[in-house]
Amino acid sequence: MTTNKIYESILPTRPWQASMKDRLTTGFVLVFALFIATLLVKITGLSGKLGFFVVFVIVFVTLTSGREYRRFGSASAKDALVNALVAVGTFLTLIPIGSIIFEVISKGYKGIYLGLFTSDMSLNSPNDPANVGGLGHAIIGTLILVAIALVISVPIGILTALYLTEIKGKFSQPIRFLVQAMSGVPSIVAGLFILSAILYPITKQNSAFLGSLSLAILMIPTVARTSEEVLNLIPNDLREAGVALGGTQWRTVAMIVVPAAKSGLLTAVILGVARIAGETAPILLLAGGGDRFNLDPFSGPMGSLPYFIWNSFKSGTPESIARAWTGLLVLLVVLLFLFSAARFLGNRKVGK
Amino acid sequence: MSTTESTYVIPEKRVVTTKPRFSDKVFRAVVTTGGLSSLIVLGLIFGFLLYQGFDIIKSQGFDFITTSRWDITYDEAGNVISSDFGLSAMLIGTILCSFLAVLIAVPVSVATALYLTFYAPHWIKKTMVTIIDLMAAFPSILFGIWAYIILMPSGVYWAKLINHYLGFIPFFENKDRYFQGSPFIASLILAIMIIPIITSISREIFSQAPLDRIQAAYALGATRWAMIKAVVIPHGRNGVIGGAMLGLGRAMGETVAVYTVLNIVFAINWKILFGVGGNVASLILTKFGEASAYEIKGLMAAGLVLFVLTLIVNFASDQLIRRMGGSGK
Repeated sequence: MTTNKIYESILPTRPWQASMKDRLTTGFVLVFALFIATLLVKITGLSGKLGFFVVFVIVFVTLTSGREYRRFGSASAKDALVNALVAVGTFLTLIPIGSIIFEVISKGYKGIYLGLFTSDMSLNSPNDPANVGGLGHAIIGTLILVAIALVISVPIGILTALYLTEIKGKFSQPIRFLVQAMSGVPSIVAGLFILSAILYPITKQNSAFLGSLSLAILMIPTVARTSEEVLNLIPNDLREAGVALGGTQWRTVAMIVVPAAKSGLLTAVILGVARIAGETAPILLLAGGGDRFNLDPFSGPMGSLPYFIWNSFKSGTPESIARAWTGLLVLLVVLLFLFSAARFLGNRKVGK
Repeated sequence: MSTTESTYVIPEKRVVTTKPRFSDKVFRAVVTTGGLSSLIVLGLIFGFLLYQGFDIIKSQGFDFITTSRWDITYDEAGNVISSDFGLSAMLIGTILCSFLAVLIAVPVSVATALYLTFYAPHWIKKTMVTIIDLMAAFPSILFGIWAYIILMPSGVYWAKLINHYLGFIPFFENKDRYFQGSPFIASLILAIMIIPIITSISREIFSQAPLDRIQAAYALGATRWAMIKAVVIPHGRNGVIGGAMLGLGRAMGETVAVYTVLNIVFAINWKILFGVGGNVASLILTKFGEASAYEIKGLMAAGLVLFVLTLIVNFASDQLIRRMGGSGK
């Protein structure tokens, strides 16, 4: 009992933390600002959410910084002003993403039914209600597109990362820049490149394989950069231990470094897939799109989720736009799944 | 008896060498080839687009980027009699929209990055970083459709407000009262798309601000804003500019999202609220469907121009971000 008392007396105090009184005052100012904003919007000609938001921000900022000014002077008032502005900026960042997720879910869920994932659109017209037909062909198509792009880009991406971290040759700096430049290549340019290099001179028809080639171009930089970061985290001790045991560099990398970075490399691959899963422009140029199942990646147009969404959106009837929202919902769920998988793997300790 | 004459074999002297083994040579060769792939791919892109678009660029010369036309005349047999390609309206539209987008996005992104680095409690910071990373991974078709259906009505309303109060500035003029599909709305959606990119780069750079100076500023009694002004902003300025350039590059190459909202017309338009705009990437997508083999060459040349433009912007941003270094004045 006495020890408790002693502890209490020597417990650290945190004078910089907001006290209860401060918090209450902030809450009160917030409510007061809301009240004034509502009043102003009602009295004056201002109207709508935008007017309300602007008035609220102005009133809140003036109130808080005025209070700070009275308490501590102008430096503190400026600090409060910036504090409020920074919070507003963050809020502005969050609005669109909140709106996007909300709209996709609320507009897309109506079209979800069991047959959606097993049937295609070959017997439907854009005017059919959402519970007829489906996007099974699109999901299969996207899976095939992504799988081929994966097979091409993962080895190249990881080899690039290995060059940057293990060999560290004289080209390291230029290659790092080129990878960066490659990640900035617009997707339509990647599509045009495959179009001019392969589709027009050689195959002369749309196919999923060509689409995958262009997706691979977009995926390589993501895989390479994330893998490089992961491989840089592998402690040098592991490499030195491998060499000290008489391993050649090849054995050290293949049996020690890469296995140690396994989960991180997987994260890199997943982030790459997330990058290309919804890519639309090159698909429109190269893979075309059909409304029936096509399992042959080397001939004929193949449907995919982005194409399905695009096509439904372009058809313009209310039913088909509803179908586009459903397609977006499916795409969003796929992305969320990929993303949380990447997070989960990325949070595990590297080197396990 | 003669066991003493046993066979002592003196082992050969071990060769100590730093010469790589055969397996290592193969390994190094393979990895180096893989590493050079980005160079090869970029070179191939440039080469093939140039090869396919060369005729057009040669015949049009410098007019290809200074005039604004897109006409082809065919005779009855479908042969091309004359053609006239010029990208200036599209190029100006692309640059206008992306600069405007960066202008909108940078203050918001910097505010968000400052909030996340210096103000937010830990749990808010963690969630927000995840959300912003997720937003960076959203496909452009999602942004495009959302922008067309949800953002467009609000954007038109805001544009009318700006036009009503600031219409006397030539930039915001709109005599025809046509607000749909204006460069302003395209810039809004581009800004939303590049905010995550600029935010995450700024955040990374702000978090590298030298801790000793931060503590020194606090010890001298600085408020949080005074500390940021004295330490963080001088340290991070170049990096933020580099991030903005990176966002600019992304905005220039964006196709689908701009295509859905922007009204593409072959006319140079500086009035950002007026519903007429241009965009190189969207032009390619628009014209591609019904283009003849000859017109495709023109599109390839347009793609080449876009490619070179984004490459230059990316190079500049790379230089700025790298030069940022650790100097805080």
